[in-house]
Amino acid sequence: MAAADMAKKLSAFIAVLAILFASGAHALVLPEDRADVMYHAYDGGGVTVDGPSVLVRKGYKEKVSAYANYYQDMVSSASIDVLTSGSKYSEERTEYSVGMDYLADRALISLGYTNSSESDYEAKTVSFGISQDFFGDMTTLALGYSRGDDEVLKNQDDGASLKMGDAQRQRYSLGLSQILTRSWIVSLSAETVVDDGFLRNPYRQIRYLPQPGEGDIAFAEEAYPETRNSDAFAIRTMYYLPYRASIRLEARTFSDSWGIKAENYELRYTHSVRSRMIFEIKARTYSQTQADFYQDLFPYENAFEFMGRDKELSTYSVNSFGLGLTYEFGYKLPFAKKHSASFYWDFMRFDYENFRNALLSRGGDGQPAEYRIGEEPTYAFEANVIRLFYTVNY
Amino acid sequence: MKRITALIFACLFSLSLQAKELSGPAPDFTLTNLDGEKVKLSDLKGQVVMINFWASWCGPCRQEMPLLNDIYAGYKKAGFVLLGVNLDESADDAKAFLKKTPVNFPVLLDSQGKVADLYKNQAMPSSYFVDRKGNLVHLHQGYKPGEEAEYKRVIKKLLAQ
Amino acid sequence: MRLICVVLLALAGSGCSSLQPWVKPYERGQLADPIMAFDRDPVATKYLMHVYEAREAARGAEGGAGGGCGCG
Repeated sequence: MAAADMAKKLSAFIAVLAILFASGAHALVLPEDRADVMYHAYDGGGVTVDGPSVLVRKGYKEKVSAYANYYQDMVSSASIDVLTSGSKYSEERTEYSVGMDYLADRALISLGYTNSSESDYEAKTVSFGISQDFFGDMTTLALGYSRGDDEVLKNQDDGASLKMGDAQRQRYSLGLSQILTRSWIVSLSAETVVDDGFLRNPYRQIRYLPQPGEGDIAFAEEAYPETRNSDAFAIRTMYYLPYRASIRLEARTFSDSWGIKAENYELRYTHSVRSRMIFEIKARTYSQTQADFYQDLFPYENAFEFMGRDKELSTYSVNSFGLGLTYEFGYKLPFAKKHSASFYWDFMRFDYENFRNALLSRGGDGQPAEYRIGEEPTYAFEANVIRLFYTVNY
Repeated sequence: MKRITALIFACLFSLSLQAKELSGPAPDFTLTNLDGEKVKLSDLKGQVVMINFWASWCGPCRQEMPLLNDIYAGYKKAGFVLLGVNLDESADDAKAFLKKTPVNFPVLLDSQGKVADLYKNQAMPSSYFVDRKGNLVHLHQGYKPGEEAEYKRVIKKLLAQ
Repeated sequence: MRLICVVLLALAGSGCSSLQPWVKPYERGQLADPIMAFDRDPVATKYLMHVYEAREAARGAEGGAGGGCGCG
């Protein structure tokens, strides 16, 4: 992004901050005290990732609220990318987050720090947010900024890690929530993400057709641009139904400097059963168009300045539905207001339009391949996502 | 630019405060309590009255309930009445809460919010203090732990009159 | 950009204006219900947003904040 454009955005950001601080408004409330212990699991496309996530939040004197989160991913990956140009691997990622919300006179200020670490990727992120109510708490305006500094490494066969590069990721967000009626609330959000540096996955490769006599297929490293700027806009609305239930609608649109355009829609229904259980059902659809430099199969070596074969940069859709249940226990804990257990299951179906299953054009055990290179069927897979957690509110 | 600065400064001085001094007669009203009996504000002239607007879904309201109960017990004999005006749309929600956290002061039902409108209620909870002559003296909006000290201060002052 | 500034100034000016909130503080009962929260369980939402960001190219504008109950 040009420096002038960035300066413009920054001064707009500061102007909004100044207006926020100057205006009179009613106070916001701090997030509630709670502790959650969660088991999360993702299983799909040959990849399983599971692990714990523990979140503890405590407020002090109605002025400050601090939180800490410990999160872990245990990865076992035999994904199509891994199998196409490598072999199955296991990985462990640990992430720590700490943060604080501070109620300053008329605004809620939030600060956060996250550190994520695995054998070949280190990410440190700092975030800042400020929000304020207007119109007697009917309207809430929120601004956010976060900056991440990543270090990208590549694990070698001998066990060493080779430094590939760094990446800086900045996010600017703006959110506006508005109470429309006593049963209806709407929220608008906009977020710009600016990435700079080493943005590709060092293990992934593109495939191309080699010169005659050099084999059927050849692989080479991806070549990505060094910047990626994106804009996303979303609208969310919730409505309280005449009985104790609510519906939530969401629509988001996304576009970036790599040529990707995406949109997703979600409908969620939440129902309170007998004041002790909350049941939720949802449906979501996501679709995107490819990045300019994406191709499943390149015609020859070094065909373009930028080349990528990440299926997440292709043209595809993700359709999912989910179910959730929360149960509040009747047994009273001494220091807690309430405690509950929740279970959420999401089923996702990924359908790629122009990413092909390259494994099907390989021969094996003396047998010829089922498909010719470039004519393999497009790839699709299903994933199950589970969230199981126990919550204590104190 | 100058106009913007002027506007900003003008707004800075129009903040709503948490504690306000009031004046004038307290608007009279009649509401039904939990037992179905009618309670009229003007009948309580001669006593110090604290009108507390609350609802079961409001966190700070729930928090101050036990403290209001203590205050009522402490000053009742000196001629003090605490009226808990409940604004839950359904009285069942209020009753369910009171079952878990019972109080001894009168709880009046204002599910339509008519008395809240009469008192131009702008925050939850809100406590209006009325002196022995039936005049509005003080308003406290919202509740944070520790603010019950202010309630006691105002009540003691009004009881001494 | 200029339009946003005008809107924000109007909001700021609401401290001075006589424009009253059309949903009274005591009418916020439904909005205070946990089932009306955009994000009821932050630990669970954070994880699902992570899954979407890892498996999809789109990122940003995932959260929604605000909507007070008129309390405190």
